[in-house]
Amino acid sequence: MSTTQANLQGDLPGHYGPYGGRFVPEALTSALDQLDAAFRAGVADPEFISRLVDLERDYTGRPSPLTRARRFGEHCAGARIYFKREDLNHTGSHKINNVLGQALLAQRMGKTRIIAETGAGQHGVATATAAALLGLQCTVYMGAEDTRRQALNVARMKILGAEVVSVATGNMTLKDAINEAMRDWVASVDSTHYVLGTVTGPAPFPEMVRHFHSVIGRESREQIFAVEGRLPDAVAACVGGGSNAMGLFSGFIDDANVQLRGYEAGGEGVETGRHAARFAAGTPGVLHGARTYVMQDEWGQTVPSHSISAGLDYPGVGPEHAWLHDTGRAIYESVNDSEAMDAFALCSRTEGIIPAIETAHGLAGVIRLGKELGPDSVIILNLSGRGDKDVATAARWFGIELEHSEFGASIELSEGR
Amino acid sequence: MNHTGVDLIGSVFAQAKSENRALLIGYLPAGFPTLGESVALVEAMCDGGVDLIEVGLPYSDPLMDGPVIQQAVDQALGNGATPQSVLTVVKAVANRGVVPVVMSYWNPIEQFGIDAFAHELQQAGGAGVITPDLTIEEGQPWIAAAGGQDLAPIFLVAPSSTNERISRICQVTQGFVYAASTMGVTGARDRVSNLAPELVARVRASTDLPIAVGLGVSNGAQAAEIAKYADGVIVGSAFVTAANAGGVAGVRELARELAGGVHRAR
Repeated sequence: MSTTQANLQGDLPGHYGPYGGRFVPEALTSALDQLDAAFRAGVADPEFISRLVDLERDYTGRPSPLTRARRFGEHCAGARIYFKREDLNHTGSHKINNVLGQALLAQRMGKTRIIAETGAGQHGVATATAAALLGLQCTVYMGAEDTRRQALNVARMKILGAEVVSVATGNMTLKDAINEAMRDWVASVDSTHYVLGTVTGPAPFPEMVRHFHSVIGRESREQIFAVEGRLPDAVAACVGGGSNAMGLFSGFIDDANVQLRGYEAGGEGVETGRHAARFAAGTPGVLHGARTYVMQDEWGQTVPSHSISAGLDYPGVGPEHAWLHDTGRAIYESVNDSEAMDAFALCSRTEGIIPAIETAHGLAGVIRLGKELGPDSVIILNLSGRGDKDVATAARWFGIELEHSEFGASIELSEGR
Repeated sequence: MNHTGVDLIGSVFAQAKSENRALLIGYLPAGFPTLGESVALVEAMCDGGVDLIEVGLPYSDPLMDGPVIQQAVDQALGNGATPQSVLTVVKAVANRGVVPVVMSYWNPIEQFGIDAFAHELQQAGGAGVITPDLTIEEGQPWIAAAGGQDLAPIFLVAPSSTNERISRICQVTQGFVYAASTMGVTGARDRVSNLAPELVARVRASTDLPIAVGLGVSNGAQAAEIAKYADGVIVGSAFVTAANAGGVAGVRELARELAGGVHRAR
């Protein structure tokens, strides 16, 4: 019924088949139009491009390396696994790519304040960082549940000079943080740009965020040719909103022989209802300004998501992923908390890389994928973030006792001297 | 005589105009705090002199709403509110001889099925639907479905809307134009936004449709101020607050105060 009618609009800008679009209060339409114009003018302006490229090189540290993961690969049926090392970017994840682009656009539009939502805190930290760098005011909205489990990132944002607002409504996670950021933006749009952190939300956000992350796919494509002399058989990434995945996929989307694989959070198991598996258990609907796959009940009320990973704990997904899913161009599977944490440990111990728990979902997927594609296959995983922020969660999961007396111990040492 | 929704809204505005006054429009979410109590609350609004009632369809992610309405819809959802609750409340309003419209975020309508929703709302006596997060660009299927049942599709204009957009919005809106008086979410404010008169004037230049002003109106004095230049005054959060504090009697009393403000304004 409605989907058929919606399909008629598939050729409108900002749509991916029936997905995407703009479902927002009228008060935001002019700001989205302004943003759209600034984005298109910016990416066509040599001065803007060179400013962004300079920052990527000199501040973020791009290009990020492509690292062959030999020991981890042994656990993937011997497949040739490569990690695209977005964890080595300044601030520790891919998020900075998008944030620098949007913060420069904010300046271009004459806005003096940027706001953001954050789940794991990586996007919030990246936004606070860009704000500090460019001298912008910054407010970050974060679910109260997430401020608890990602306390380290809360501290980082505050040190960087951002105001962190703990959101205690709804499920107190990423979805609720986006609601509050949108409410702020409706009231502050004259002075404020909303740096949305993923490839969802109203047009032009999905297209723009993908654009600023497409550097991941471009670099990966060049790098894999340099070492393997050919395209990979598959590229893989974890998918929350889906920005790191979209950045990597964008480099290979036109290469029909390169499989695109996304891994969403299966939480405690899709059958338990406590998960964030939008493709496994969601249906098309509208959330946060776009039509996409949504975890919802029969009346269209959003159902709370669940994942051990704050960054994947979101009941919607980017609309382009929804379209890639429906057309079969990309394949999405879910990975449970426990499978992700096994991969987290394996990556740490075989490669000396502690990944973000979000990324660990992709790592678990690659273990399956290696077995599926075999030892001669070449697979790139987007190692989207580092796991420092997740050390407390991981320690709890693995039953590692954290010493709370580090300072006490050092005092004892000095006294004994 | 069988009135269509669009005609009903037109005639209630025409009636008020003949009395040289603005219309008083009140909002409450269906099922708040429970379905039974919400029926009693809208009946109290009718008794207190509200001319047209927006029945809210509670939604889990109300982006346009401030804390007062957020809490009310959470409570309604917690107590089992569904689109059926909305239809029940719409019927109760229509039975009192007052015109009901629905206020709903888009996803619940899309999930219900837009043709089915339009049909059932028309059957229940509803006259139109306000869709605060449906842009006109995405609204074509809904405009067609509403048109099939002679329901008014009611879109919002904002202070940030360009004149060109206002004109396009007015072309597809029926019943009345909802002018959001301020850049922000719903909720009582100390002063009515000074953006409202300018916005109403710009909308007037685009359309002959009645214009109702909402966001931030909470007392009779504010209602009277808006009623001087707008065709309708919309009050939402203040009714929720009145229901929380004083129940049915509190809502009736606020309706009387606001109606007084609207009636003495000109």
